[in-house]
Amino acid sequence: MKFTEEHEWLRVEDDVVVVGITTHAAEQLGDVVFVELPEVGDEVTKDDDVVVIESVKAASDILAPIDGEVVEVNDILADEPGKVNDDPQGDAWFFKLKASDLSQMDDYMDEAAYNKFIG
Amino acid sequence: MSDLHVTPLNALHKELGGKMVPFAGFEMPVQYPLGVMKEHLHTRARAGVFDVSHMGQVIIRAKGGFEAAAQAMESLVPVNLLGLGENRQRYGFFTNEAGGIMDDLMLANRGDHMFVVVNAACKGGDIAHMKAGLAGCEVEEITDRALLALQGPASEAVLEAMVPGVAAMRFMDVGIFASDFGKLWVSRSGYTGEDGYEISVSNDQAEALARALLAHGDVEPIGLGARDSLRLEAGLCLYGNDIDEVTSPVEASLTWAIQKVRRSGGEREGGFPGAGRILNELENGAARTRVGLRPEGRAPMRDGTEIFTDAEGGKAVGHVTSGAYGPTIEGPMAMGYVPKSLAEVGTKLYGEVRGKRQPVTVADMPFTPANFKR
Repeated sequence: MKFTEEHEWLRVEDDVVVVGITTHAAEQLGDVVFVELPEVGDEVTKDDDVVVIESVKAASDILAPIDGEVVEVNDILADEPGKVNDDPQGDAWFFKLKASDLSQMDDYMDEAAYNKFIG
Repeated sequence: MSDLHVTPLNALHKELGGKMVPFAGFEMPVQYPLGVMKEHLHTRARAGVFDVSHMGQVIIRAKGGFEAAAQAMESLVPVNLLGLGENRQRYGFFTNEAGGIMDDLMLANRGDHMFVVVNAACKGGDIAHMKAGLAGCEVEEITDRALLALQGPASEAVLEAMVPGVAAMRFMDVGIFASDFGKLWVSRSGYTGEDGYEISVSNDQAEALARALLAHGDVEPIGLGARDSLRLEAGLCLYGNDIDEVTSPVEASLTWAIQKVRRSGGEREGGFPGAGRILNELENGAARTRVGLRPEGRAPMRDGTEIFTDAEGGKAVGHVTSGAYGPTIEGPMAMGYVPKSLAEVGTKLYGEVRGKRQPVTVADMPFTPANFKR
C-alpha cells in the first residue's frame, strides 16, 4: 500500500490501482454525507479532481494519483456515504484506475513514511 | 491559539476529547469524539449539553425598574418590551438606521431589571450601543457567569431532578433557582428547535454543573458543529450568515418578532432605528425574502451557492446563506434569499454547485417540527 500527501491510500492490483482515503483523513473530515464518483471509462490525468466528498463540515476533493482510465467505481458510497467513516481503508474504496504508467507510483510514501508525515 | 479567550469549561472540553477551534475569539469545541452527526441525533432523541459561555450576558437596570429599562430598550429594538410579562423572555434584534440588523438577542423581564443575551461576535458593539442608546440605564456586562444550554426531549427530567421547579416552566419562561451550584438563571429556550433550558451559572460552579448534567445517562456533550445543523433544521438564523447589517427583519422573514404595537397604527409605532424602511416593508413587503430550500439528491448547498431560475443561462436571482446536511431529515437543507416572486413554497429553482446547476425547491421551515413546551 502506498500513500499520498493528499491522504489517499493506493493499492496496486496488477496494472490497476485502487484508491481510497486514509483513516486519518476520514477522521479529519468528520461524518461524510455525500460522495460524487467519476464515470467508468473516464480518462484522468494525475491531480485531476475525480471525486467530491462532502462531510458535515465541508467539501473536499480526491485527486487522481496517476494517469489512467477509471475501470470501476464503488457505487455503494453514493447511497451510503457513511461507509467512508466506517471502513475507510477497507470496503470504502472510491475507484479503480487502470494505470497508464505505473512508475508514477514511485513518488508516493510507504506506510511508515505516511505515519511520519501525519505525525 | 494563545490569543483566544477560554470559557470556564475549557479544561473539561479537552478532557472530554473536544476538538477545539477558534470561534468568535474563543477556543471552543466544534465536536467531541461522538462526531457531529451522532451529537445532532442524540440531542433530538435525548439531551445534549452545549457550552455557550462565549455569548454576552448583560443586565440593564433603570431607576424606574423594568418598565423604564423596557421603555429605553424599545428605542433600539422593534419589539414590544413594555408588554413583556414578568419572568418572560422574547426574541428581538437591534436595528440600524438603514433598517438592517446589528445583532439578534434574547430579552427577559426579571422583575426589577432586564436581562439580555447577545451573540459572542457582536458583544462589544452591542454593549457600546446599549450604553450610548439607553438613556438613564445602567448597562452591566456579566463576566463572572458561564452559560450552558441543555437541549432535547430528556432535558426536563434531567434538570428537574437537580433543580426542582424547572419542569413547571413553559417555553420562554425565565427564573432564578437556588441549587447545589449556587443561584442559576434559567430560561426555557434554546437554539435547536427542541425543548430545553439555557442556564447561567457562576464561573466557579460551571464545571461542576456541566459534570453533573453529563453524569446522566441521557446527556452527551455537543459541539458547535451539531449546534449549527440543529439550528438550521429548526429554521433559526445565524447572525452574520442569514441576517446582517444590510438585511432587514422583513427580508429575513422575522416579522413575527415585531409585535403590532410597534407597527404602523400601533400604540408605540416605530421609534426604533430604521423604522422608516422597516414599517414600509411591513406594509408593502420587501423585494427579497429568506426562504427554506431543499436541494434534490444528497449534495449540500453551502453558503454562497448562487440560485438561478433555470437549469442553464440567466443571472443569479439569489443565494444560499446557510447550507448543510440535516441528520434528522437525512438530506441536504439550506436557507437563503430569493426575490419575493420566487418565494412560494414548492417553487423549483437551481443552485450552482461546482459549476453544475442542481434542482432545489423552496420549502417550509422549520425542516423538523419544533418540540417546545408551550
